[in-house]
Order: sequence, then C-alpha cells, then structure tokens
Amino acid sequence: MVTAAAPTEAHIWQLLEEVSDPEVPVLSILDLGIVRAVAVAGDQITVTITPTYSGCPAMNVIATEIRLRLLAEGYSNVVIHNQLSPAWTTDWMSQAGREKLEAYGIAPPVDGTATGHVLNLFGKDTAVRCPVCKSTHTHLVSQFGSTACKAHYQCDDCLEPFDYFKCHN
Amino acid sequence: MLPQNDSRVAAATPAAAPGPLFPFVLQLADTSLILAHRLSEWCGHGPVLEQDLAMANIALDLLGEARSYYQYAAELEGQGRTEDDLAYLRSAVEYRNPLLVEQPNNDFAHTILRQFLFDNFHYHLLKALLTCPDTQLAAIAEKSVKEASYHLKWSSEWVIRLGDGTPESRQRLEKAIATLWRFGEELTTATPSEKALQELGVLPDYATLLPAMQAHTAYVFAEATLPLPGPVFGQQGGKTGRHTEHLGYLLSELQYMQRTYPGLTW
Repeated sequence: MVTAAAPTEAHIWQLLEEVSDPEVPVLSILDLGIVRAVAVAGDQITVTITPTYSGCPAMNVIATEIRLRLLAEGYSNVVIHNQLSPAWTTDWMSQAGREKLEAYGIAPPVDGTATGHVLNLFGKDTAVRCPVCKSTHTHLVSQFGSTACKAHYQCDDCLEPFDYFKCHN
Repeated sequence: MLPQNDSRVAAATPAAAPGPLFPFVLQLADTSLILAHRLSEWCGHGPVLEQDLAMANIALDLLGEARSYYQYAAELEGQGRTEDDLAYLRSAVEYRNPLLVEQPNNDFAHTILRQFLFDNFHYHLLKALLTCPDTQLAAIAEKSVKEASYHLKWSSEWVIRLGDGTPESRQRLEKAIATLWRFGEELTTATPSEKALQELGVLPDYATLLPAMQAHTAYVFAEATLPLPGPVFGQQGGKTGRHTEHLGYLLSELQYMQRTYPGLTW
C-alpha cells in the first residue's frame, strides 16, 4: 500500500514518462508530445492530453494507463482533460523519441515535409531514412499503414519494408 | 424500427429547438459517421491490402471526427442525450447527412468518386471553419483538417489512376460519375439552419468555397484525362431528413447492438 505524499507537478511529469503509447510501446507519452499540461491543485491532478489522430483508439487506453500509473502512487483524484486545440503535430515529438523510434524499426517523422496539407499529388515525404540500413533511397508503398499515424515505405537499397511515422503538421 | 416503449424515443424530439448550431453540428456528425460506416464496410474486402487499410484508416479518422461533433451536439442540446444516444437511437428521418455519403459502395471506382466529392468539400469547409467564431467548431476543424487534406490527396490520386488507367478502370469511373455526380450539389446548398448560421457569420457562404473546390476538380479531372461533367439536376434531401432507401439498411446494421440490447455499454 502506497500512501500518497502531496503531489508535485515535477513528480507527476516523472510518472508520466513511464506511461507508454500502447501502439508504439517504445515511446512514452511524453516522447510523443501528447501531454500538454499538468496542474496540481490540492490533491487533484489534472493532466491535459491531446489526440494524435481524431479516431486514434489508443487515446482511451492512454487515459486509463495514466490513471493507473498515478493510482499506483496513491493519487486517486485525477482529471484527464482532452484538448483539441492547438492540434497535435509531430513537431512535438522529442528528439529522444525520434531516436527510440528509429532503433525500434520505425522511421521517425521528417519535419516540415508533410505532403497532405499542400495536396502535392503523388508526392512523398522527402528523405525518409530506412531504419535498418539508413539509406534515404526509399519509396512510398502506401499513404496508410498499420495505424493512423504511420505510412508504409520500402527501402530501395536493402529492400526492407518499414513503417514511417508520418509527418503531421 | 424504433421500439415504441423505449423512453428515449420521447427524448428524440426535443420540445424546444436549441438554435441553428445544434442541427448543423448534428449534420456534420451524421455525415462523418455515415461515410465512416460505408468505408468500414470495405474492411476485409478491399481490392488490395494497402487500399483496404487506407479505407479503414479514413473511416477511423471520420469516426473520431464524428464523435467530437456528437459530443458537442449533445452539449449544445442540453437535454441529457449523450453522443451514443444521438448516433444509435435516432431513426433515418432524423439523420441529417447529405445523400452522397449514404450511397452504397458499389465498386471501388464508385467508392473513390464518392470520397473525392466529399473530401473536396470537407477539406475546404474545414479550412474555412478554422476561423469560425465558435471556438469548439474551430478546434474540431483544426484537428480534422490535417486528416481531411490527407484523404483528399488519396482520393484525388485514385481518381487520376482510375481515369488515366486501363479502359476497364476508366469505364468504371465514368459509370460512377454518371451515378454520383448528381449528389454533389447538396453539399454546398445551404439548409435553413445553415443559412441562419451564414447570416450570423458562424459559417462561410458556401459560394466562397466553390472557386477552390472547382479549381481542384478541374485539375484532377485534367490529370485523369476525363472531361468535366456538365451541369446535372442535383438530388437533394438528406440534410433535411429526406433520404434514399439506402440509409435505413445502413442504420439497421450500424444501430443493431443498441436496438437489440438497449443501454448496452462496452
């Protein structure tokens, strides 16, 4: 049984670092950049999160896992606030997160190359690096991959098919 | 059919209309939900795995967007109905989606053309809603416009591939145009509640969206080597509750669980 000391914001941020994205377990929710704010008022903790994609099924799981992690420290008065604006962008993904993603076999987003927004037809995100051989000779196989946040690429040098965490900004 | 002894049926027709924003937000919600359902019907049946995944992904984005609207609509209505009540316990005549999105999938070319007509409107509408004085609508638009732009890119590329593809793909796309073009006009024809919101400055005048929509269509059709369809008589009615027969069948599938086991929760 853990008895709760008065929560501090710094401690809560530390605990949130241990909550991972259920679909990309190598990333913490802080790496992903979806935790926008933590506020402590008395014994009430408010965690503000923002969805990556509107229909991302991981969001409910993430909210539950935040509650469970904080409950394990004895913090039961937790409010999870969902905030839509400003909308999440891959620019908020941490450098550590990007390195973890690549080591895990998923190419991290290449900033400033979102192709969707400018409607550049048949264009692809530029210079997506193969997470295996690090070559940038890669091609887009499909704009849509195994989850809402990924596209499907293939390396032209080592031929490895891989997921690319889409640039979303 | 609505079960007549269900107490929630009475709540389905609120006594006091909560202003023009509620029906409009509900219309946006219904539109995204119905199209999401149609796209999800492809799951496991797509022509190739990548495009099966693409349609499921787009369906998921639209479903998420629909939830944001339903939650907001429930709040605006203030009658105690939840997002689930709005999605699962209204009958076809209460649905406010335009006719286009309830049209059956038919073949891949029909699905692509339906998606293209919708995405071209959806993307430009959301872009205009970014500066909407209603902050919640603006926030949902800010979230969804990124996804909608990705959808429009996908459906535009497929119109080009099919139009400028094989004689078979082109012929199928031409057939889809002949079937579905008539449903495009309803998207940009304002209903009384949309007109009221336009007068209040909440919604843009749809005429201001048309130049960008038409320019994009002209560009995509030129790339697809397809002639631009001439004017057709537009079919309308969905946004005011007069639907094609297809919606009833769709809802009987979509609402099956709640109708069979009222109050069921996950």
